[in-house]
Amino acid sequence: MAQVARADVLQVRAENDVVAVRQAVRTWAVQQGFTLVDQTKIVTAASEIARNTVIYGRGGTVRIEALVDGIRKGLRLTFEDQGPGIADLELAQRDGYTTGTGLGMGLGGARRLVNEFAIESKPGQGTKVTLTRWK
Amino acid sequence: MERIPILRMGKYLLVTIQVDMHDRLAMQLQEDLTARIAAVQARGVLIDISALDMVDSFIGRMLSDIAGMSRILDAQTVVVGMQPAVAITLVELGLSLQGVRTALDVERGMKLLEESLRTTSGDHPDEDDGPGGES
Repeated sequence: MAQVARADVLQVRAENDVVAVRQAVRTWAVQQGFTLVDQTKIVTAASEIARNTVIYGRGGTVRIEALVDGIRKGLRLTFEDQGPGIADLELAQRDGYTTGTGLGMGLGGARRLVNEFAIESKPGQGTKVTLTRWK
Repeated sequence: MERIPILRMGKYLLVTIQVDMHDRLAMQLQEDLTARIAAVQARGVLIDISALDMVDSFIGRMLSDIAGMSRILDAQTVVVGMQPAVAITLVELGLSLQGVRTALDVERGMKLLEESLRTTSGDHPDEDDGPGGES
């Protein structure tokens, strides 16, 4: 079972926060000893989900956790918002599907860039996306 | 307001992205660049992204859009200097940067621009060389 060695919570409310999240995730990934490619993947996934939190979730938070599981090290990001939620989770994760003006690559793309991906959402109650990448 | 500088060199415009761009800054660059292409009748645009440590779907779309818009304005776009980790991540994210020509560095990018201008000079630039990009 993975232990949380360290944790922090950041606000994800405005566009500038998306940049701040990317930079924080980069720092944590470096501290966890991730390779450059692994850093880039988790940072990019974080950027996609952080943007969703701002645009679709109307702002929220991200909890960053440094994980230790025996000799394995990882990073877990939990994005939460109290926005309108997602009615059809399967459809929302399909490449090319968007209700906004983007490419529709965010959720599906982020999912491919991490080792563990979970999404929970209820219409009217918000959305929670969890991304985990192991070293 | 913060802006990414656009340098003019003869018939080319050069852009070096050196900051972690938030979405509005990316949109601003797109607007500024298309305005400059039209104003100075630029024939080529070279965008150096060697300082970017991640390209997510938003920035990826901006690069595709710039390439598409400049093509309509009769200018060629080449994106140079993408870091290998960024390229790996982009492909896994599911982005192919459609219609964007790429080169490893500024020198090769300039060569690509000059060659494509030579083959199209005096003629309309829409010869059938496919969408390109992987060179």
